Amino acid sequence: MTAKPTKSRPVFTPATDVFEREDAFLLICSLPGVEEKDLDIHLEKNELTLTATQKEHAPEGFDQLVDGYRSGVFKRSFALSNGIDQSKADAQLTDGVLRLTLPKVPDEQPRKIPVNCS
Amino acid sequence: MNRKRNYSWDPFRDVSQLQNELSDLFTHYGETEYPPMNIWSNGSELLVSAELPGLEIKNLDVSVNKDVLTIQGANKANEAEDKTICHRNERGYGNFSRAVKLPYPVDVSKVGANYKLGVLTVRLPRSEESKPRKIAITAA
Repeated sequence: MTAKPTKSRPVFTPATDVFEREDAFLLICSLPGVEEKDLDIHLEKNELTLTATQKEHAPEGFDQLVDGYRSGVFKRSFALSNGIDQSKADAQLTDGVLRLTLPKVPDEQPRKIPVNCS
Repeated sequence: MNRKRNYSWDPFRDVSQLQNELSDLFTHYGETEYPPMNIWSNGSELLVSAELPGLEIKNLDVSVNKDVLTIQGANKANEAEDKTICHRNERGYGNFSRAVKLPYPVDVSKVGANYKLGVLTVRLPRSEESKPRKIAITAA
């Protein structure tokens, strides 16, 4: 499913936590008001792009009294390092929070190269 | 600012208004109330929505007292595992509390709250006593 942002809606940068474990990177991203079908995660080369469209929540027949936040489109890109196994990436969206796990390639550990003297 | 009935020219009026506006600007600069909230009304009921991504309902407390709505809760910190490196921490965590005064008293027994997709929505019907009543005018 592709989320299609319209030009008239504001674009926000979602607040994101990035953690690194021994075996994977973990991205936790706040996307309130976003349904699974409106979230698009795009991985190309070493760039990860998130596009998430919030549901319009203006109720019909109501006047807005307090305008504390607007709804729109969340958009953000991250540069990934080479050591990530992109095919094993896993994404979960629960209660407006995206948890994206990006496993590291196992043989990315540093290797010692033996030097032969002849 | 107090608006005077006498509109005679006051050379300092505009200057002092500007001064007030500038000081208001800096008093609240950078302050963002958490959670961000929108409020709608259709005359007979209020709708309040607040963005609270990733909250557990048991950590969320919504209470109403006549015309004051209070939303309190706690955002849990991310699970800290051993050897975890934090590269970016933008989401923040901790306790929060926000109270807002509503434009009219509400019927506390009929208030309903719902949490979906990380957004809290509270529906607050106006109390019967506070609804406007039309007064019939009789001609003498």
